[in-house]
Amino acid sequence: MSVSIGRHLLSSQDLNNETAVALLDTAARLDAAMTGREVKKLPTLRGRTVVNLFYEDSTRTRTSFELAAKRLSADVVNFSAKGSSVSKGESLKDTALTLQAMGSDAVVIRHHLSGAPRRLATWIEGSVINAGDGTHEHPTQALLDAFTMRRRLRDGEGDLKGLRVVVVGDVLHSRVARSNVRLLRTLGAEVVLVAPPTLLPVGVAEWPCEVSYDLDSALPGADVVMMLRVQRERMTASYFPSAREYSRRYGLDAARLAKCEEHTLVMHPGPMNRGMEISAEVADDPRRSVITEQVTNGVSVRMAVLYMLLSGEGVANE
Amino acid sequence: MSNQARFNDQRGLLLRAVRPYGEAAVDVRILDGTIAEIGADLAPADDETVIDGGGAVLLPGLVDLHVHLREPGREDAETVRTGSEAAALGGFTAVFAMPNTDPTADTAGVVEQVFRLGEQTGLVDVHPIGAVTVGRAGLQLAELGAMADSVARVRVFSDDGACVSDPALMRRALEYVKAFDGVIAQHAEEPRLTVGAQLNEGVVSARLGLTGWPAAAEEAIIARDTLLAAHVDSRLHVCHVSTAGSVDIIRAAKAKGWQVSAEVTPHHLLLTDDLAEDYDPVFKVNPPLRTASDIAALRAGLADGTIDCVATDHAPHSSEDKESEWGSASPGMLGLQTALSVVIETMVETGALDWRGVADRMSAAPARIGRLADQGRPIAIGSPANLVLVDDTAHWTVDRAALASKSRNTPYEGRTLPGRVVATFLRGTATVLDGKLVAGQVAGASR
Amino acid sequence: MPAQSHSASQIDLQAPKTVLSAEDMARVLDRIAHQILEKTRGGDGVVLMGIPTRGTFLAQRLADRVATFAGVRVGLGAIDITMYRDDLRSQAFRPLAETREPAGGLDGKLVILVDDVLFSGRTVRAALDAIADLGRPRAVQLAVLVDRGHRELPIRADYVGKNLPTSVQQQVKVRMLERDGSDAVTIVGPAEFEEGHGE
Repeated sequence: MSVSIGRHLLSSQDLNNETAVALLDTAARLDAAMTGREVKKLPTLRGRTVVNLFYEDSTRTRTSFELAAKRLSADVVNFSAKGSSVSKGESLKDTALTLQAMGSDAVVIRHHLSGAPRRLATWIEGSVINAGDGTHEHPTQALLDAFTMRRRLRDGEGDLKGLRVVVVGDVLHSRVARSNVRLLRTLGAEVVLVAPPTLLPVGVAEWPCEVSYDLDSALPGADVVMMLRVQRERMTASYFPSAREYSRRYGLDAARLAKCEEHTLVMHPGPMNRGMEISAEVADDPRRSVITEQVTNGVSVRMAVLYMLLSGEGVANE
Repeated sequence: MSNQARFNDQRGLLLRAVRPYGEAAVDVRILDGTIAEIGADLAPADDETVIDGGGAVLLPGLVDLHVHLREPGREDAETVRTGSEAAALGGFTAVFAMPNTDPTADTAGVVEQVFRLGEQTGLVDVHPIGAVTVGRAGLQLAELGAMADSVARVRVFSDDGACVSDPALMRRALEYVKAFDGVIAQHAEEPRLTVGAQLNEGVVSARLGLTGWPAAAEEAIIARDTLLAAHVDSRLHVCHVSTAGSVDIIRAAKAKGWQVSAEVTPHHLLLTDDLAEDYDPVFKVNPPLRTASDIAALRAGLADGTIDCVATDHAPHSSEDKESEWGSASPGMLGLQTALSVVIETMVETGALDWRGVADRMSAAPARIGRLADQGRPIAIGSPANLVLVDDTAHWTVDRAALASKSRNTPYEGRTLPGRVVATFLRGTATVLDGKLVAGQVAGASR
Repeated sequence: MPAQSHSASQIDLQAPKTVLSAEDMARVLDRIAHQILEKTRGGDGVVLMGIPTRGTFLAQRLADRVATFAGVRVGLGAIDITMYRDDLRSQAFRPLAETREPAGGLDGKLVILVDDVLFSGRTVRAALDAIADLGRPRAVQLAVLVDRGHRELPIRADYVGKNLPTSVQQQVKVRMLERDGSDAVTIVGPAEFEEGHGE
């Protein structure tokens, strides 16, 4: 295998090991290049247009993509579903054709329905970047998670071979979990999913990871504990009896964290439900928690993705 | 065209070298809409039109217990006319039209309207199915007796698209239709288990992040309804059976002698859930595409008679309703023009059914379940000449633009399928000849 | 400029022809190091910025030579120009190389860009933009191992190891010990015109 780049980034599955590592390397270089600079801007995408098409509110992800595109000197158009023709019932296809007519080079799409980015990719000529679709995938989140793990635990080089990552929470509804399981496996890490059985998809047995219902037994030996957001509303649909019971069985607090290794990192894709899946003490632990670092790293990773997808065809030899 | 028109003006018709049920070639003479003579080397009469069958297979006209013709309400997706054209081209001589129209076919007025539209079109017999509950809302019985007594003589009732999920209401419906030998055709889907469901719940739905539609949601309703049908000694028909577990439950019910019948769609005999991989909603259907092991069980069930018949669930949808995200697309697939070919591929070519078996599952059995006296009859002297001539050696490639339906949502686009409908006859009148509709043609007013 | 030293019609057009041996390359670098010392009056305030990959090795070698010849430690860094290229659409993706600023930065310094081959000049143009984003040098000069001509921009080198007339179809390949196991400059491909096919 070698580095290979398609036109779109729709799923973590679009990346093989070499490509993912090249992307992380590029993100690291960009990160280094941007730190301490007065002018936080590179001319790479001058004259290119990147559209942020957001059908779901997500200030964090939209801002991160916007910053990434702007730091590469692209023109950025924010097209949010609210207050636009989209909310007036325009179909995704018609919106796509409009964007196509406007000559956008890349569309960053966040959508509440799984697979919307893949459909979009069939209707437009430019690149499509999945910024989170329904309960399917969120590949750039997985990339920035991998970037953070690599920087903290692998000296910022190579892949994640041998790393043990425990992902805890609402796997069933989590696009972050799906993207992470795939990418982490591609990068050579072992993944353990921990959740109550109600929050694991039927068919999870086929995923390339371990599955456990017991957090306490999964923690020893973990290099990373990634907590997923659990919406309180799931309670009303009987996925679990109460927030308190969930928190007791699957929440990460200081006592549980004490069972982990010295170097174990705590991650969370945000936004957090403090006191539900993660205690405030753990979330703010300066030594273990890399939650704000994840956000910072998001910009470099998304710059690397934009650069990679908008480069010409193929891959240079050197 | 003028040849065909002249042809239909004449009374006598001689089909030469046709093979009833794929057996020995014979000639078949049709007079006054009825099969008059069957034999070797029949001499043509003076005013008789002769059609050379060239050894094509002759079957009784196909009967479809489950189509959506969209009229009234969604004439942009299909009309009784375009749906009838697709049916005739697919070899059908009778179809049962589901009541999920706008307004709902839940009164004598609406079912009579659909019935009359079918008569005016005259390409196939259109039998409206009446809604079980008012507005298909599952709360209150519709006037089933009025629909039964109407000109449309409704015998099949269904809330298809929605399940009659209230067990008490289902029990009453099953009981009530006994008065006029009706049958409840249940769309088996426990709604509480399929909230937001998009795709068969399993490996593929887990990977694609699509809300799962568990097999148990279908099987639970079928199990319950067979028990209810047994309890009140009434007739239950199960629409579009899609899982291996459902086949087992129906087999067990039949073994006890309960009055349960079932249908399977062509797409559930051929297509699997992994086709959803690209999120193209042309593969979105309800119940969803299942797995290869379900397909094996459905084929076996159809072969051994556990599943009585094939029904298309022909469900046209406009491009707005299909060219969208998977989650917001309407479920449903075209089926009328491809049904026979898919059955040939999945059942005949695999040896699971012979042509007599096809004639039973696609004509005799659905006519029996729908209580049609003049459809699904054997190819024999005195039977109404509802017939279809099939070139079993031909193959064709599906081109959605060339289909008669107003909609384009065929899941078989670009596929090459075996078997081509050469001609269809409704009570002795050709509706299709040389694989094309006979133009300007109104048949069957004599019904 | 010296006359062409080869006759294309007499050799296998596809066989690589060595234009600088390891010894030649060492001599050329010696000369450039001396020229730098001479032109910059002893290397005061000089920063060598290599353009990855081989320009970085060349800058290192030049810095070592300057130190040997004059006992002066000039500033040494690297500048990746990938994100400054003006032809993203036609260029394939490549992972970025390192950009390294010497301690003390570039402000007020005499920056000498170092690259292996000078061709269209677009790489140097990109490097100038990249330098401008890093700081404000007093002046920028350019040192190259080989100048093969065919400039598309008004750019010329201040220090040239070897002028090498080439056809556009030809490829100039620079091998360096640090990366390729040996030092050599070779030329591959057909010359611009053969005898009798001139314009």
